[in-house]
Amino acid sequence: MLSLTHYLGLGAVLFSISVFGIFMNRKNLIVMLMAIELMLLAVNMNFVAFSQFMGDLHGQIFVFFILTVAAAESAIGLAILVVLFRNLRSVEVEQLDSLKG
Amino acid sequence: MSWTQLNLAVATPEIFLLVAALIVLLSDIFLNERNKSIAYGLTLAALAGTAYLLLQSAGQSPRPGFNGMFIADPLSQAAKFGMVIGVALMLVYGRSYARLRGIFRGELFALSLFALLGMMVMASGANFVTLYIGLELLSLSLYALVAMQRNNVHATEAAMKYFVLGALASGLLLYGMSMVYGATGALDIPTISQRITVHGANNLLAIFGLVFIVTGIGFKLGAVPFHMWVPDVYDGAPTLLTQLIGSAPKLAAFAFTFRLLAEALAGYKPDWSSMLTILAVLSLVVGNVAAIAQTRLKRMLAYSTISHMGFLLLGFMAGTRDGYAASFFYAMSYMLTAAASFGMIMLLSGKDFEADQIADFKGLAKRDPWFAAMMLIVMFSMAGIPVFVGFFAKFAVLKAVISTGAIWLAVLAVACSLIGAFYYLRVVKVMYFDEPENQAPIAAAPDSRILLSVNCLLLLLLGLLPDRLLTVLTEAVQRSMLP
Repeated sequence: MLSLTHYLGLGAVLFSISVFGIFMNRKNLIVMLMAIELMLLAVNMNFVAFSQFMGDLHGQIFVFFILTVAAAESAIGLAILVVLFRNLRSVEVEQLDSLKG
Repeated sequence: MSWTQLNLAVATPEIFLLVAALIVLLSDIFLNERNKSIAYGLTLAALAGTAYLLLQSAGQSPRPGFNGMFIADPLSQAAKFGMVIGVALMLVYGRSYARLRGIFRGELFALSLFALLGMMVMASGANFVTLYIGLELLSLSLYALVAMQRNNVHATEAAMKYFVLGALASGLLLYGMSMVYGATGALDIPTISQRITVHGANNLLAIFGLVFIVTGIGFKLGAVPFHMWVPDVYDGAPTLLTQLIGSAPKLAAFAFTFRLLAEALAGYKPDWSSMLTILAVLSLVVGNVAAIAQTRLKRMLAYSTISHMGFLLLGFMAGTRDGYAASFFYAMSYMLTAAASFGMIMLLSGKDFEADQIADFKGLAKRDPWFAAMMLIVMFSMAGIPVFVGFFAKFAVLKAVISTGAIWLAVLAVACSLIGAFYYLRVVKVMYFDEPENQAPIAAAPDSRILLSVNCLLLLLLGLLPDRLLTVLTEAVQRSMLP
């Protein structure tokens, strides 16, 4: 039988992967957007697990809000990426170096 | 459950603003390039209407609505009034700036109004869901606004950086919220606060969540060590939007921090107080030292923002009613000061020319003595020189810090302000003692000239008579705190 700890562990692993994906990734901005999505899904995993094991529905309702916002967020992220690609002709993280100081 | 029980009336200003923003969005379809001033007028009318509705509800005791998801209390109403002013100042100062750069479009008006709506919801959120939705409405509008000038490489790069780090901050904040939810079994702030007090304050899960929430807040405020996005975004974004990011959202961030730390997690005050001390000390030191090295005014102001956020956190760290009130006063006065400083950059900017270098202010006293004096007020206020409002804001924060017995923190904050005075006074020196490189008189519309002068003189007036505003804000904090 899976316990709450298992679900929280999975959430923590997914969350760590996404944080590493944002900080360690030096190549591709699209991977970074994927890492951001993964982070929100890790949070959802936590909310659903807590909600299920405590028998309280509010956590699952919050998950619907997070999913909706995540969709809007990736739409804006991809839009910014397209604009950036038109200017730089590249989606590499290392190209983002015109602002320094 | 009926409609009347929802008590929608408490959100009248928000509902009005939402409808007005949708009207502005729709009106854009029917307006051609030359008629954009109509949308601009509608936007200002929407802001005026919202401000009027907020004033109508001034002085009322806290009123919950939407089944406890939303609360209209004196603190949130005062913060919202400040935010409306901040957005209105941005639109007036930036009108000709935006027109010359081709961003005087419907998106600017609609998205600014939606960003304002997000800030207002953040200030009034009495539940993690409402706080999160408000935060995201603000952030998503700002990401899109920064990227609005589509052919500008710097702006789009700034937008990307802002987006990635902003999304990371939201993720951290949510992860923390999920832990607090797991520890207390509730999402609404009064219940969380009550359960933490009843069950004692040594729940490991909640402490774990608290760390993530403080990190998320640190990112959103731009406190060191989570500040890396601030200089790039301030520098890369069009100045108009730098002003939007740098002024009103600081008030929203204050209210947001107040809800999360001072209300929901009040039971863990010793824990978050020590975390905020670290953030505040690092922000004060790094912000002020890094600002000295800058030659670009916008970047210098970005680092100065970081140090000001350090002061704001110091008031929170005190964790007393006077400490919160001092932070609130700081956020309010900083909003006005930041708006004036970016307004000044836009005043001097022309077509294809950005006055974003410190050298662009050379000899301003000879070109235009009046606005040189206005910029002098702004810089003196930021440096915290007496009789300007920045001094009293810092003084109130330091008084709250000393009352908690942390003398060393107050001494450190004063030392950092002294370092800070160097780079603010350098701008004054450049204006008054250097020869102008550009003799052309300032070409700016009368409305932004008048409003900018009023804004700067207000910094002086509030510095001469700070008691009234401070009393109002202290009373607002007092009446909004959970029993």
